[in-house]
Amino acid sequence: MTAVTSAPATAPSISLTSGQLPRWIEPALAIGTAVVVAAVLLVIQLFNPAVWLILTAVFYLIAISVGSGIVEGRRKAVDRVVRGLVVCAFVLAVAPLISTLWTVVAQGLKVLTWDFVTKPGGSVFDPNTLAVTNTPGALQAVVGTLIITGIAALISVPIGILAAVYLTEYALPSNPLRRVITFLVDVMTGIPSIVAGLFAFSLFALIVGPKAFSGFSASIALCVLMIPIVIRSTEEMIRLVPNELREASLALGVPRATTIIKVVLRTAASGIVTGVVLAVARVVGETAPIFIAASFTDNFNADPFSGPMQTLPVMAYTAYSFPGKDIEASQAQAWGAALLLVIVVVIFNLIARIVAKAFAPKSR
Amino acid sequence: MLARSPLPPPAGGQTKDAHTCEIKSGIVTDVAQTGDAPDRLVGKRRAGDRFFLGLSTTAAASIMVILAGVAIFLILKGLPAITANWDTNNDLAGYQNKHWGSFGNYVLPMLWGSIWSALIALVLGAPVAIGIALFISHYAPRRLASALAYVVDLLAAVPSIVFGLWGIIVMRPFLLPLADFLNQYLGWIPLFQGPVSSTGSTMLAGGVVLAVMILPIVTALTREIFLQTPRLNEEAALALGATRWEMIKLAVFPYARSGMVSAILLGLGRALGETMAIALIISPSLLFSVKLLTDGFNSQTIAANIALNFPIATDIQRSALIGTGLMLFVVSLAVNMIARGILGRSERKGRTSSKMGKRA
Repeated sequence: MTAVTSAPATAPSISLTSGQLPRWIEPALAIGTAVVVAAVLLVIQLFNPAVWLILTAVFYLIAISVGSGIVEGRRKAVDRVVRGLVVCAFVLAVAPLISTLWTVVAQGLKVLTWDFVTKPGGSVFDPNTLAVTNTPGALQAVVGTLIITGIAALISVPIGILAAVYLTEYALPSNPLRRVITFLVDVMTGIPSIVAGLFAFSLFALIVGPKAFSGFSASIALCVLMIPIVIRSTEEMIRLVPNELREASLALGVPRATTIIKVVLRTAASGIVTGVVLAVARVVGETAPIFIAASFTDNFNADPFSGPMQTLPVMAYTAYSFPGKDIEASQAQAWGAALLLVIVVVIFNLIARIVAKAFAPKSR
Repeated sequence: MLARSPLPPPAGGQTKDAHTCEIKSGIVTDVAQTGDAPDRLVGKRRAGDRFFLGLSTTAAASIMVILAGVAIFLILKGLPAITANWDTNNDLAGYQNKHWGSFGNYVLPMLWGSIWSALIALVLGAPVAIGIALFISHYAPRRLASALAYVVDLLAAVPSIVFGLWGIIVMRPFLLPLADFLNQYLGWIPLFQGPVSSTGSTMLAGGVVLAVMILPIVTALTREIFLQTPRLNEEAALALGATRWEMIKLAVFPYARSGMVSAILLGLGRALGETMAIALIISPSLLFSVKLLTDGFNSQTIAANIALNFPIATDIQRSALIGTGLMLFVVSLAVNMIARGILGRSERKGRTSSKMGKRA
């Protein structure tokens, strides 16, 4: 349209597409710039993926703005530059993701063996020879992670689901308690994780005494972080249950509680389980609260009610921040723990996806 | 069965009576199997219902108890150090190699550090996050959009400790040339003053990693709001000849403004509380500083300071650290409340004003 009005009507070969760049210009120009920049960088021997991507983006944006500005006018040029910038933003987000995963896998695979998972490790001091030996192993951390996260899930899942049931099934939208709680749940999702750890530590320090580190304390800290996530996801899933199902059940004379348990929760079950598994995946990677509440140790401890307990994220942190005598070995331990942690998170995410797919309510 | 019952052929008065009687008795026995008298039966049912209602109400109310508990226990444990005499107490007088004089003097530099690092993360991360949200909601092909959104959400699944370790071995060296460049040509700006760090344990590196970590939450929230823009407004703008970017400026941004503000505030809250990335990456000092490129003048953040010093602290020092945690809790609670308040208001407004033309 702009082409028709802006081009002189006397031009012989005018068409709707005159005054516009062809459709394929953007991908073609992007690929062209990338190739040229790569060639130049290779010739001057400064090739580096990051530099290459940045220079490609800069030159592409300059070229498209100049080219489009000449042919199509300023407004179209701005449009094309913004389109380019938006794609750059996406690449900027994906690059660290790929880089992080690549780094963890590359560094972690150096130490990750079957023994690393099945044997407890750490530095052992031998008082006779005064030698500190470092054995790779993360069993104490794997067990600690499973126990602490498991207890946290056992406590927060019932509370979270019941609270979500109250918010969606019992309280009317006008109910002041409901509005307050919905607001507080939102606010609670933003509590800094380290504050949750300090809370659990303070709680147990006042009950048990100053040496209050225990796995159970860390579980309480994780509960503070996990309950709002469970409530949020369960609420969303319950809202998806069609009202007809509730009405049909109530019309048959089924009591409210039975309706909720056997109809509403049953229908939403796959979604709720998915949300719970994702919540577990979220808190399993928490470092700060566990570090504060359960401290850290190289010893194997499977009793959540007494003594410090090790978990994978804390192991990764302490092995890096407070390394033993053999710094290289400590850092290798850290990367091994980090890779194991990523694997655990991936497994939980996969379980969530599978549950969501396999147990979704069948529509007949 | 019940629906057919009125239809049986009227053979005679007696049989009809018998039939209805049968049906009635059927109902009665059905109900009677579970209880004797209807009154008691209703009472029983209500008891079960009431129990479940009570259970779920308790669970919901426990949210308030937990939040209140967090505040109360932090105050209880933090108060001894907050009210202690920081001049005479042996453990506190020279804590972390400095004479503080009072709890306020101790916590303020770190509060500044927390806010400063979060602001850097926001300045770097928020525009990118909004760009990604626009890309997913308005630029990417429809079929790809949900897959691309999933990729960005994956960033949220990566544990913070992994980002911290990644920051140490990838981000720090990666940013060194940039730091040299900024210092050389823009060194007259206080932000980029030297001496430039040779290890890369700078506020800049910490801020970049924090920015990556807040990307997913800001992206997810702004994307949702962009998708809610009334379709008719967008089509009207396009029909008037606007380019896509002009359409976004005219129709999408005005509609989504308050949502974007609250998403950015929530990102700020997330960045304020982030511990591990900062604790691992920057080399901290307890002072007020805006310098980004040094390793001796990085303002420490509250969260990282707690993580670094908690294991080696004495009882009263722990209490001081918990006191700083209380400050962090208050600040992030305030930020989150403001953000949720704005979001809640805009959602209510959106529900009434844009009933038609939402994206399918």
